[in-house]
Amino acid sequence: MNFFQAVKEAFSSLAANKMRSFLTVLGIVIGVGAVIAVLSISRGAEASIIGQIESIGTNVIYVMRGNRAEDVKNPRHLTLADVEELNNRLRAPHVRWASPMMSEFATFSLGSESHDAGVVGSVPVYQHTMDVRLSEGEFFTEDDVDSRRAVVVLGPDLAKRLTGRSSEVVGMSVRINNYPFRVIGVSEAKGGNQFNNPDMQAYIPITTMQMRISRQSVSDSVSIIMVQAQDAESVDEAISETRAVLRARHRLTAKQADDFTITNQEDILSIANSVTNILTIFMAGIAGISLLVGGIGIMNIMLVSVTERTREIGLRKALGARKSDIKLQFLTESALLSVLGGILGIVVGWVLGLVVSRIASSYGTPLVAVVGIDAILLATLFSLAVGLFFGIYPAIRAANLEPVEALRYE
Amino acid sequence: MADKPHVEPVIRVRGMTKDFQMGEDIVVRALRGIDLDIYPGELTTIMGPSGSGKSTLMNMIGCLDSPTSGEYYLDGVLVSDLEDDELAEVRNKKIGFVFQKYNLLPRISAIENVALPLRYSDDTSNMRQRAEEALIAVGLEDRMLHKPNELSGGQQQRVAVARALVNKPAIILADEPTGNLDSKSGQEVMDLLLKLNHEMKTTIVIVTHDADVAAQTRRVIRLFDGLIVSED
Ligand SMILES: Nc1ncnc2c1ncn2[C@@H]1O[C@H](COP(=O)(O)OP(=O)(O)O)[C@@H](O)[C@H]1O
Ligand SMILES: [Mg+2]
Repeated sequence: MNFFQAVKEAFSSLAANKMRSFLTVLGIVIGVGAVIAVLSISRGAEASIIGQIESIGTNVIYVMRGNRAEDVKNPRHLTLADVEELNNRLRAPHVRWASPMMSEFATFSLGSESHDAGVVGSVPVYQHTMDVRLSEGEFFTEDDVDSRRAVVVLGPDLAKRLTGRSSEVVGMSVRINNYPFRVIGVSEAKGGNQFNNPDMQAYIPITTMQMRISRQSVSDSVSIIMVQAQDAESVDEAISETRAVLRARHRLTAKQADDFTITNQEDILSIANSVTNILTIFMAGIAGISLLVGGIGIMNIMLVSVTERTREIGLRKALGARKSDIKLQFLTESALLSVLGGILGIVVGWVLGLVVSRIASSYGTPLVAVVGIDAILLATLFSLAVGLFFGIYPAIRAANLEPVEALRYE
Repeated sequence: MADKPHVEPVIRVRGMTKDFQMGEDIVVRALRGIDLDIYPGELTTIMGPSGSGKSTLMNMIGCLDSPTSGEYYLDGVLVSDLEDDELAEVRNKKIGFVFQKYNLLPRISAIENVALPLRYSDDTSNMRQRAEEALIAVGLEDRMLHKPNELSGGQQQRVAVARALVNKPAIILADEPTGNLDSKSGQEVMDLLLKLNHEMKTTIVIVTHDADVAAQTRRVIRLFDGLIVSED
């Protein structure tokens, strides 16, 4: 009996019991569906994180106050003076520029309109680092920073909510934490999510932020320093120069640990990766369990099928079927059952991934669920393996039936 | 009596016994020493009361079961020497079975049922055509695509006969082939077997309860309590 005939026969035998076949493979469908859905979603998430990072540039590193790995007492604040020193080419030749950044929530008001939104304090170079484009007006200048001017660039959503207009906002006056600011620009819509929406925030000079908005004890302090290396190859040198400069400025002795933390994009990427990895492992566990349960279901129904078809097996043996023919027949059936379940699972998982990415997109997180050919192959092979593994025992049982006994069976 | 010393018998049974162990110390002695020669082209019936061992003997001849002791040569080959797979090949090539309960697979059509033995043989060429020829031989060419439950009992048994002869076996074994049929369709099946024996010189062994059936064959063997008691 050749393989093609075996598959054809297995098909017709499964089709004769459609409902039972379907219920039997439900476990496989759920298991494979879960794997495909999670793989597609986490791939989509990874892609969107990588996309965000690439838009910033991979040679940007972040410096924050304090040390997350070791216990450091009284870490010094990062200050504008630190930033100035990092911008000294003699001290840090591999640093192209360093810029300070602070962000906080503040209350924006205009007339009777009032909204809480994020406000970012920085320096002019921030506009290029974060690729902030303006639909009208100008970004603030070095002069604005030096003079601590009360000027603000509004995100388009924030501008719309405060003024009720989408253009000709420049020149108006808004209050931030009740202090009047002059609007000098509005940024272009970028899209975002509820955790990070650049369209619903504002940019002001960092010096103004320190003086008017922030309530820091050290008036000169900044929350983050962004450092861009000269190029992707010099990131490591830029990191060690930054460390050296800050250690010197903070007067740390050789024995003392850093009182700041340097994070590069790769670290952020690996944090994101480890989150998706944990999710993947967790779902793989669930999938594994449902594949196991599904496999046991297949074994169970195949044993029932062998018993039901004892006479058929006896007849086939009387007509010349060898043990291997009978084994092939039942193994083909269980493998086909399981693979069909797997294919159904791929479809279900795919649909689930699409639904999740739709929902995410409608909440402002752009996410495209990706089902790779490798995931499809893996799922198919896995379900094939489950079908073969759990089908082998029933198939051997069938093959070892004695022809006379099987023919006598009522 | 078919006495043809110059021709080798297809079936040669010597001192065959079969015991069934039924628990600790109950042994059913179904066959108690059978000697039997059947020559090519013979049409033989085996008669005997229920439980006399007819089916057990047929199972031995059909290589579906192995005897407790004794020798069995099929076409000159000592069957007890054969492995499982070789036995399957012997059943496939040399033996055609007809059962009392037809034993057709309900899911597939008449022609597919007839082709089933071909699928397990080495020669899988022209399966459809050969199955068709067998169905024509039993007069069911207009029922080829019917499922078994769309056929009468007599027609189903004729499909079973077609299945038995599709591989052109050396012998056809029919265990009470008319047992489930009314006398008219029973006679049709008998006529068919007689015709096959007559026209194609197929060796046929029929087990029956029915004296009318036995009367139509030249050789009748009577079994009683696991022994051959008479032959005529
Ligand atoms: N598989 C078996 N297990 C136990 N006893 C059996 C088995 N097959 C047949 N027998 C016994 O052997 C005897 C002969 O049976 P069988 O050959 O079927 O008789 P017949 O076909 O002539 O009616 C009976 O007593 C029957 O109960
Ligand atoms: Mg019987």
